[in-house]
Amino acid sequence: MTADLEGPAHLTPLTDAHRELGARLIEFGGWLMPVQYGSIIEEHRTVRERVGLFDLSHMGELYVEGPDAGEALAAALVSDPASLVIGRAHYSMICDPNGGIIDDLIVYRLGQATFLVVANAGNAAIVSDALAERIEGFKAILDDRSLATGLLAVQGPRAAEVLAPLTDVDLTGLRYYAAKEGTVAGIHALVARTGYTGEDGFEVFVDTSQTVALWDALLRGVRTVGGLPVGLGARDTLRLEAGMPLYGNELDLDTTPYDAGLGRVVKLTKAGDFVGRVALEKVAQDGPARRLVGLIVEGRGIARHGYPVWSGDRRSGVVTSGTQSPTLGVPIAMAFVAPGDGEPGTVLDIEIRDIRVPARVVTLPFYRRDA
Amino acid sequence: MVPTDLRYTNDHEWVRVDGEEATIGVTAYAADQLGDIVFVELPEPGRALEQFAAFGVVESVKAVSDLFAPVSGEVIEANGELGRSPEHVNNDPYGAGWMVRVRLADASQLDGLLDPDAYDALIAAG
Repeated sequence: MTADLEGPAHLTPLTDAHRELGARLIEFGGWLMPVQYGSIIEEHRTVRERVGLFDLSHMGELYVEGPDAGEALAAALVSDPASLVIGRAHYSMICDPNGGIIDDLIVYRLGQATFLVVANAGNAAIVSDALAERIEGFKAILDDRSLATGLLAVQGPRAAEVLAPLTDVDLTGLRYYAAKEGTVAGIHALVARTGYTGEDGFEVFVDTSQTVALWDALLRGVRTVGGLPVGLGARDTLRLEAGMPLYGNELDLDTTPYDAGLGRVVKLTKAGDFVGRVALEKVAQDGPARRLVGLIVEGRGIARHGYPVWSGDRRSGVVTSGTQSPTLGVPIAMAFVAPGDGEPGTVLDIEIRDIRVPARVVTLPFYRRDA
Repeated sequence: MVPTDLRYTNDHEWVRVDGEEATIGVTAYAADQLGDIVFVELPEPGRALEQFAAFGVVESVKAVSDLFAPVSGEVIEANGELGRSPEHVNNDPYGAGWMVRVRLADASQLDGLLDPDAYDALIAAG
């Protein structure tokens, strides 16, 4: 029942702190990470109602720097980082020549000639190698600082209240998907208003030597307003309720951004070639062969990754992620289905241990915070 | 220390014998390892359980786990309360979190199960 560690994993600087907090640690993306400190449901609700603190040291931080950095990234990724205003960020993807997703990313423009690409832990090395290869010939260099960078997230409606007294960054002026350098608890940091929970919140990047000091300061602040440290278990249920894809579940090399309903990320109108352009233009024109939808299970049972989805006797698709929604109190899932089966209100069947259980297509996300 | 009036399996189920009937559940250790339990699927009365074969499913937020029968027997009653309140398995695994009651098919099967000391040693070893 417990996940055994297979081979050596990277340790974050907080491994001892997590253990002292009673965390259960699992291997994830090549790192030993906390999956939960106590109850996943309680951690989930705490983020929805107050605030949670996450160790995201496993994420990959890839800096691309140089006079051509924007153009180099525009050639390497499906988005157009060259169009980003300094201090802003956008969601992006790196695809293979077939349009398959190698990883989903957040790209921050930190300066005229400086970009930060944040990759998933399990893909960081692959993305790093691909970027290094793809920016060759441009006046830009790749600096993989994944192991030198600590990343903590403060997420929840009271995140700003926790962070504001600790930082010289003006948080009221920091918009969603914006980032600014400053100090947090006296530590030099990059503060970004980004996250993976569906709540307001911040991600704070520091030198890895400062991760423990930052964690201690943020945890004190979080505790003050009734918050908790939160593990990857609740991070997964939070992102699923927010309708956000997880690489390995919704996204993989056999999936294009259009399949995943994320065609808006692909900037076919940008100048110049980019890896995957020809294949993605074709998918954009022909339409994807399947559609990513939200499902609410209406019978008894919880849909899980890999369970078949049926429309009558016709196989429609497959569940990519599923859980019992702590916020809604019903089983929710994301699934790839046939394009004609994706209209909200459509009732499909999910095969749960040989039994077909009805589930209704709903508009994503399952949960949206009050504006 | 686990309850001393029960027998246990290597798969972390417990069984409480009362005459020719036996009540089955999962241990506190299992419930803790699973985390928040959000769904339990149990057999209908009348179904025959076979010792060490899967008879149901328990799901936490993150994972699905099979339930294995500590003994063979016919299901007399399943705990319907767990449909509404699966959290009983976490909060009271040896009481309100019970799963099924069966009519024992072969009382000698109990001799092959772990006694409380042996089960304590098993979970202490992780």
